[in-house]
Amino acid sequence: MHPDTATDSLRRDQGSWLLGAAALTLAPHVDTLPTWVAVLAFGLLGWRASLLWRGRMATSKWLVLMLALAAGIAVRFEFGHFFGKDPGVALLAILLGLKLLETRTMRDIHAAVLLCFFLQLAVFLENQSPLFALLALGACLLSIGSLLALTDPHASQRERLRTSALLLVQGLPFMLTLFVLFPRVQGPLWGLPADAHRAVTGLSDSMSPGSIAELSQSSEIAFRAAFEEAPPPPHLRYWRGPVLTHFDGSTWRASRHERAEHPYYTPAGPQLRYQLTLEAHNQHWLLAMDFAGGPVDGIRFGSDYQALSVQPVRTRSRFELNAYPETPVGVDESSRVLDSARRLPADGNPRSRQLVAELSADTPTPAILLERVIDYLRQSELRYTLRPPLMREDSVDTFLFVAQRGFCEHFSSAFVFLMRAAGVPARVVTGYQGGEINPVDGSLVVRQSDAHAWAEVWLDGRGWVRVDPTALAAPQRIESGLSAALPAGEALPLLMRPEMAWLRTLRHQWDAASNHWNQWVLGYNQARQLELLSELGLDTPHWQVLIGGMMLAVLVVMAALLAWAMHYRNPADALDKAWAAFSRKLAHVGLERHPAEGPLDYGARLARARPLDASALQEITSRYAALRYRPPAPVHEVLELKRRIRKLNLR
Amino acid sequence: MVPRPTLRHRMNQAVDRWLFRLGAPETEPIVLRQRRIYVLPTRAGYGFALALLVMLIASLNYNLSLGYALTFLLGGMAIASIIHAFRNLLGISLRAGRGEPAFAGENAIFHLRVDNPRHRRRPALRLSTRDGATLFDLAADESSEVSLTLPTHQRGVLPLGRTRIETTWPLGLIRAWSVFIPAIETIVYPAPEPTPPPLPARPAGNSSTGMRSTGGGDDDFTGLRSHQQSDSPRHLAWKAYARGGPLMTKQFAAVEGGEVELDWQATPDHLDDEARLSRLSAWLLAAEQSGARYALRLPMQNIPAAHGTTHLHRCLRALALFASPAEGARHAP
Repeated sequence: MHPDTATDSLRRDQGSWLLGAAALTLAPHVDTLPTWVAVLAFGLLGWRASLLWRGRMATSKWLVLMLALAAGIAVRFEFGHFFGKDPGVALLAILLGLKLLETRTMRDIHAAVLLCFFLQLAVFLENQSPLFALLALGACLLSIGSLLALTDPHASQRERLRTSALLLVQGLPFMLTLFVLFPRVQGPLWGLPADAHRAVTGLSDSMSPGSIAELSQSSEIAFRAAFEEAPPPPHLRYWRGPVLTHFDGSTWRASRHERAEHPYYTPAGPQLRYQLTLEAHNQHWLLAMDFAGGPVDGIRFGSDYQALSVQPVRTRSRFELNAYPETPVGVDESSRVLDSARRLPADGNPRSRQLVAELSADTPTPAILLERVIDYLRQSELRYTLRPPLMREDSVDTFLFVAQRGFCEHFSSAFVFLMRAAGVPARVVTGYQGGEINPVDGSLVVRQSDAHAWAEVWLDGRGWVRVDPTALAAPQRIESGLSAALPAGEALPLLMRPEMAWLRTLRHQWDAASNHWNQWVLGYNQARQLELLSELGLDTPHWQVLIGGMMLAVLVVMAALLAWAMHYRNPADALDKAWAAFSRKLAHVGLERHPAEGPLDYGARLARARPLDASALQEITSRYAALRYRPPAPVHEVLELKRRIRKLNLR
Repeated sequence: MVPRPTLRHRMNQAVDRWLFRLGAPETEPIVLRQRRIYVLPTRAGYGFALALLVMLIASLNYNLSLGYALTFLLGGMAIASIIHAFRNLLGISLRAGRGEPAFAGENAIFHLRVDNPRHRRRPALRLSTRDGATLFDLAADESSEVSLTLPTHQRGVLPLGRTRIETTWPLGLIRAWSVFIPAIETIVYPAPEPTPPPLPARPAGNSSTGMRSTGGGDDDFTGLRSHQQSDSPRHLAWKAYARGGPLMTKQFAAVEGGEVELDWQATPDHLDDEARLSRLSAWLLAAEQSGARYALRLPMQNIPAAHGTTHLHRCLRALALFASPAEGARHAP
């Protein structure tokens, strides 16, 4: 087992690099892998480490094969299938451990390093945050370090680190060039496995008591909006989601609606331009601010005034949108829609029906009735709470007359019920309301806790009019958000508590940074690429142009590196340097060479001045003279001269 | 004696001349400049490229921006490693050293001096010929001697021939190499006959001590020394070996003033040229060992009697070059 031929046995330092790389590669997966897979993968690494430390050979091939088979069957049972990212990552993790156990040849080790690279990529399927990117980068550097340790077993660890870092620095320009210029295609290339998209929190197209309150506990970001000018005041910040028309007595559901490329209204009034960055929610709706202008590429407009994406929003996406908050909508709404907005179940909630009968005894106009209902709700001192009691039967009655406490879904649901009971078309609109301005970058951040439900009433001549019944009981909800509206002592998400202000500041900064990360790194897609290139003066370049530019840029970087590689002193320069060093050395004893003095004369002078060193000094000067005046100087002779000058010891 | 060059061999030579501009052996120090350094991926390099392609497709399919970044970073590092491999060879200068003579069937050793003019270590270098390779590192500013061994099959002049210096440093994905023919050769002596007859008798009157006719002074046993491949088996200390000792050769004192003449003509007529050379080779070794003065008579050449290592090598060299076309040119008397 000579170290030079260490292909069949891993040296301890090489093994440490490899095991370190594998461990750091697996670390970010621990959270998502099934526990037994994580334990098995790290157990295999530990086993390999103990073999390595005891200087033992790799494990028997048969044992590894049996383990691989068993693990494959176990993965099949765990996931029920092989195809998909979760079983794939689990298999890769186990394979990495097994491959390390049977590292015999250089090929095995290379295969293990490639498995590490695959797993580092797989990290990003689950999480692309800066922290995980750093973890993957660290693992990638360790893997490169283990390749270095393999090809150069005699290098010091310091030298390996240095070479890895140098390779990284030189690889970066290539990475940046390719990242920016490589033609981006909007994936996927083919159907993704069913588990490709993670389940995410967010609105759904139905609403039952408690569903939005549940959402309010989450401080996950739903979307961001960056306004070109000052953001609109809070009472205009209504972000429209599903519109719910069907009511079965407990649950509100969306009705069918039509879609078109143009909005079903004529935008009017002042315009607000903003960029919406929507987190993936696997749904079509965009949560645009009321009411979006169009047409916009890739966006359809629903007949219930929602803006909808043509494709479900599977990844974080950006949209350039306009809002016209003062647009009148639905002035000439079809009778079919109005009919369905009056429909109620035949029975249930008798006390509410009784109440409406009293309020509309004198058959007032819908506008007057609306005022009476609003007055009633305001006077009945309903309380706004995240934890309302359970309301199963006759939920509207229970809310209005028994519990008198509820969350926005109770308020909107009760209001719409009352209006419909009086024959006025009304419906529930879900979405988000408000949001928080991040003082760091000025963008409006809307979280799941801003989820809201409000109502729309149809009035003849005015169309659909927004009414927010929650505001009647808790006006702060609209102006200052959830935490201000809730009574003290209610369980808020940690970061929304008022005493956590310093933490919120920190979060603002983190949010702003990660927004940049999201926008420019993670969200760098085809559209962003075209946008960037057009800023550089390349309007809608053909992909051939892109490829050509990319090749050119890569060649330029390559040429720069080549120039670095070729830049080395030729022997003549080295000779001059050595001669200068010699003169400097002698300057210490007061024998510096005169500028015009020839080497042989100098040698003679030195010999006279220092008879004890005469032979050594003259040897150097005559060697220099021979090399200087008989080019080309052979490398080894220059080296020899350098060595002599270095060893020259003047007493 | 020289095998007919096969078609493949001739094609390889044509490729060497045309692509690598190889011709006659180079006597000047060979400096590796950019024009003679070539780079290609190794097998592992092709595997790595395939893995990067898979990673790129995965990034595309799942829209992984950081996946692109990782793939491109690895690709960039691999490209940078091309430059590093190239730079690891660039500027190295090689000089032909000496070749150590060997008997046919043994390994001949060639020495090359490799100079590193750069003030930085050059790791993981590999010098190889058609039959063998040596791995070495060069320290900063180091001038190092590297040995290569070649197996020998027949007597004569053995040039080192086409030699390759290569490195797969830093990542093992890219191989940079250069080929050259250094002007370095050695002499391969005829293999000594394993069981030669005793040295021929000295001609009468040549010796002052008279009739001690059995050559090699067999009678005057002086001691044992460790066995060498060229020793005659007749002088093996079999008894010592049978007792479980190491393989030793018996040494005999020379008869003072003894002189042996080893004559081509004195070898039996039924032997062919190579067998005669083998026998003479074995006799030369025996004569040198016995301490006697010995002369060598070949059909075209006479080497007067003398003794000592230089003389032995001169005689063996004459045998090695016997009847080869280069004999006259290479061997001035």
